[in-house]
Amino acid sequence: MEIKGKVFKYGDDINTDVIMPGRWCHLFKSEDLKRHCLEDLDKNFAGNVKVGDLIVAGDNFGCGSSREVAPLSIKSCGVSAIIAKSYARIFYRNAINIGLPIFESLEAVAAIENGHEVSVDMAAGKIINHTIGRDFTFIPFPEFMRDILSQGGIKDYVLSRLK
Amino acid sequence: MGMTLTEKIMASHSGKPTVQPGETINMRLDMVMANELSARLTFDILEQWNVEKVFDPDKVILIPDHFTPNKDILSAKITKVVREFAHRHKIKHYYEQGRAGIEHAVIAEKGLVFPGETLIGGDSHTCTSGALGAFATGVGSTDIAAALLTGEIWMRVPPTIKIEYQGKPGKYIYGKDLIIHTLSQLGTSFATYKAIEYGGDSLRYLAITDRLTMANMAIEAGGKNGIFEVDDVTIGYLKRTSRYLEKPQDIIKLRADKDADYENSFMLDISGLEPQVAFPFSPGNGHPISDAKDIKIDQVVIGTCTNGWFEDMKLAASVLKGRQIHPHVRVIVIPGSVAIQQRCIKEGLAEIFIDSGCVFSTSTCGPCIGGHMGVLGPDEVCVSTTNRNFVGRMGDKTSKSYLVNPAIAAASAIAGQIMHPDNL
Repeated sequence: MEIKGKVFKYGDDINTDVIMPGRWCHLFKSEDLKRHCLEDLDKNFAGNVKVGDLIVAGDNFGCGSSREVAPLSIKSCGVSAIIAKSYARIFYRNAINIGLPIFESLEAVAAIENGHEVSVDMAAGKIINHTIGRDFTFIPFPEFMRDILSQGGIKDYVLSRLK
Repeated sequence: MGMTLTEKIMASHSGKPTVQPGETINMRLDMVMANELSARLTFDILEQWNVEKVFDPDKVILIPDHFTPNKDILSAKITKVVREFAHRHKIKHYYEQGRAGIEHAVIAEKGLVFPGETLIGGDSHTCTSGALGAFATGVGSTDIAAALLTGEIWMRVPPTIKIEYQGKPGKYIYGKDLIIHTLSQLGTSFATYKAIEYGGDSLRYLAITDRLTMANMAIEAGGKNGIFEVDDVTIGYLKRTSRYLEKPQDIIKLRADKDADYENSFMLDISGLEPQVAFPFSPGNGHPISDAKDIKIDQVVIGTCTNGWFEDMKLAASVLKGRQIHPHVRVIVIPGSVAIQQRCIKEGLAEIFIDSGCVFSTSTCGPCIGGHMGVLGPDEVCVSTTNRNFVGRMGDKTSKSYLVNPAIAAASAIAGQIMHPDNL
């Protein structure tokens, strides 16, 4: 999927409880999850987000629970990528495993505001803010994770280990 | 160069003499665990991958504990799928509702992971087992799917941060106070992608259950794992597990090398530390209890995976004994496991809880995640011995939770506001 769209910007320590509240953690299908995505943080998000849009946030995005339904709900909404200053470790793994692109860039986060038009050129390693006409580099992925992302998740890697 | 505890375990489980922080390894797993919520998504993923296989049915733990006893029809459907999978694959460590308890407590008390072993679990508080000298970490459902198939997981070897506690803890100071204090001093992301190694002289004043509480909340610092060296306290606990009776040789006295390399070391002096209260909306928002003035409360939760150990039950009961819960407050007591619940009954604690006006519940994660068995309504205030107090964590998004140790929780229940037991 092309990473290009409108930005929904949030702050630091966006935890998985506000991304997908515990009360909905027995849902696991995309069509159910996307209705509740971020509902305790921004009740209008699920209704307003469009395919391709991006989430931009501060430090420690996705802290807390290991619930994979958190990144899955974001992916289910059509969000094409997350750009944050940093991520909590389990969220980071989960996002890579399910093929949701996530990027780290302090400069990009500082220069992107809610509603800006942003795209990411994975091959060139660039985040482009079209609203203000500036671009930024992101911290490159280790090779192993780049391979997983390019295959849309960890499935092929795991199945190859079974042979 | 020597190795830290975490590096030693990772090396021994990846067929290498040594490992270095930053290195990516395939780590062999001694146990793979999931609860009904993480397992249900795992099974959905396996279905999408069109493969169903378990690398070793004796090394898989499946415990429905979050929304159980089934809180609604959807939960019943989920546990049914998990139960059927467990039976189909002859999973050795499948524990039915009412027969074991909360996953992290069950793993510890049955000795399912021993020092030097590896565990991943589809629950972020899997790190609890680090208290017993194991490498234990939480992961998502896709990683569990991969681990069920292969018995291994890819891991980046984390740098280790050492935290040492010095000084004698005062009255009513427990592992919960040490970890909340640590988070208030160092923040909630200081250990992201890193291993925490806890140590220091203060530990000799504390019980193994204090270590279990501290390891449980390593994830609140962002830690990959939180681990303790194995000493006589650890061994004393492990000797009570059924596994020890069968295989006493499984206990190894794992210690870090003297010349191990730590990315950072912190020394925290806990002499004079007051009981700690983590204010909303972060476990890192810790304050001494003297800062918690006139905070009226509606509900108290005592127990769960963080503070549901028998010692915690005993501590809460010692404060509640002969007293009545404040008329405006309801209290839910949740022992971590069925074995702990039975001991509470045998030793008269259950009677104390019920006489004072508490709900004495079967083991469940229910209220901690705002699932069931004590969900908070709008603007309600809760004092809880659980591990997280994020917005909406325990119920309505306008509710608030304060995290404390079991003695403070019990005293607050009687007073109707956050209270030190000495001030009752």
